[in-house]
Amino acid sequence: MNMGFKRAGLAIAVLLATALALYFIFIPAQGDYPKSFGFGKTATAADIATVDFDIRPDGKGLPAGEGRADSGRVIYVAKCAACHGADGKEIKGVKLPGPPLVTSAKGKSKTIGNYWPYATTLFDYVKRTMPYNAPGSLSNDEVYALSAYLLSANKFISENTVMNARSLPKVVMPARDLFVRDDRKGGNEVK
Amino acid sequence: MEENKENKVDKTGKISRRQLLGGALAAAVLPVASSFTGLVQEEVPPVAPADPTKVQGIPPGKIGTRSPFENPARKASDISSRSPLQDFYSTITPSDLHFERHHAGIPNIDPEKYELLIHGMVDRPMKFSLADLKRFPAFTRTCFIECAGNFRRGKAEMTPQEILGLTSQSEWTGVMLSTLLREVGVHPKAKWFLAEGGDAALLTRSIPIEKAWDDAIIAYGQNGEAIRPAQGYPARLLLPGWEGNTNVKWLRRIEISDQPYFTREETSKYTYPVNGKIRMFSFEMDARSIITYPSYPQQVQRGWIEIRGIAWSGRGKVTKVEVSTDAGKTWNDANLQEPVLSKAHTYFRHLWQWNGAETEILSRVTDETGYIQPTLKQLVDARGADIGGYHMNPITSWIIKRNGQVLFKPEKYK
Repeated sequence: MNMGFKRAGLAIAVLLATALALYFIFIPAQGDYPKSFGFGKTATAADIATVDFDIRPDGKGLPAGEGRADSGRVIYVAKCAACHGADGKEIKGVKLPGPPLVTSAKGKSKTIGNYWPYATTLFDYVKRTMPYNAPGSLSNDEVYALSAYLLSANKFISENTVMNARSLPKVVMPARDLFVRDDRKGGNEVK
Repeated sequence: MEENKENKVDKTGKISRRQLLGGALAAAVLPVASSFTGLVQEEVPPVAPADPTKVQGIPPGKIGTRSPFENPARKASDISSRSPLQDFYSTITPSDLHFERHHAGIPNIDPEKYELLIHGMVDRPMKFSLADLKRFPAFTRTCFIECAGNFRRGKAEMTPQEILGLTSQSEWTGVMLSTLLREVGVHPKAKWFLAEGGDAALLTRSIPIEKAWDDAIIAYGQNGEAIRPAQGYPARLLLPGWEGNTNVKWLRRIEISDQPYFTREETSKYTYPVNGKIRMFSFEMDARSIITYPSYPQQVQRGWIEIRGIAWSGRGKVTKVEVSTDAGKTWNDANLQEPVLSKAHTYFRHLWQWNGAETEILSRVTDETGYIQPTLKQLVDARGADIGGYHMNPITSWIIKRNGQVLFKPEKYK
């Protein structure tokens, strides 16, 4: 009887120790965090507006402004052609500092014309980081105009189509249908 | 750039005086031996005194330096630099040899002015200073970061650094992103977040929110000290196991969203053709391995050789590395250096007696999901001939010639 108690006591102790070990090993440390640490500051609308620039395919984030291909071509020649070539097309045997942007009959490069799935990405990227020697220096109107020029050079829109927050997301890019999400999950298969 | 400047100071300033004190002499350009890698060119060949026990050594100093006889170096292009994998004895990459891939160079950021903004689908948009980030409970883990395009081939005279040098490993410290998300309160319908860097590329990637709750870290420490400018100073996003560019450096903004943004880096870049389609959002780095010794341009001798290398998987732990010394006909389990960590470079070794006949040596890894590193042919068969350069993780082989010369075996697939 006495031994039985001892054994039961031992068993309980082992169980408790195991439970404790499991608690410390498997329960994430955040289990005992307070609801809030109170570190950091609330961001004001002005704080956010200063840096909040990004554009989704549905057009969310596109700013006011507009532009057309003819004015875009003038900006392209002045600010883009040095790296991307006179008309943005691949030149056989020549490696330009920037990639070709316009699909050509013989060109094999990935371009906006054959590889970009969304026109909104074009605005986002050009506004974000171009031109290379003066990143982020283009006005919204300039980026709309450049977008119009490059989309018209790739024959997705007519030369007279105005690009703005309403029209840009509607431009259909043929490459969109090619894009598929990676669905691999590991395991013994090669995909 | 930063690092190059540091090196220059090392070679011209205080260090040369210290080397002189230690008995090292400067002369013309000569090749010197570097660990077990073979020969490298070094501007200032060191000379040790005939008997170091008979002269006073150099005094203690503020910053340590490598032995003048050791010259591991990255191999740099305009946009990236590669880690000298063949020079490493274990899996931590010295911070000054960590690979680099920048989209607009290394920004110079004042830590006092640094802020991380978290906004979008949150209850309380918040901004955190670097000091704020450091006040939160910290977390340390060791893992690799690898560029999605880490694979070069094409000729026999290639080193592990040239073939696969866009992977490195550090011990990272920071605050779990989940800790910060609890602080701002995330909307239940949130599915993605956008991470934006504070460089001139303002690089952006959309990341599934599950990764934030799982193991994402906002890292400010690297190998025990402040993270290096080239690795994202003062703070970067660290997504263990995921392709390099998603680990956004110089992180300045996180926006919580219910859909991805389809940024340039996740559409026209870092995507690849698969059987007539274009595969996007390949986050995990597939398991791979490479033998780093013996490798080109080393020369081996008949007899006992310890074959060494690294293996890793973005999906978890390495469970097995097999080495073949007969061109893939038979395979032997290599020894794995403990501890084997999840999503981390794992060092393997296999003892082999070379009989002097020409042969091929190769390694293949299995990870904890059961994934086995494929051959190049398997990858081409699965994805089509127009395979692209991203997420290519084939088995790589070294040819050992009768004279002991080691050459990379370049395989054609187009």
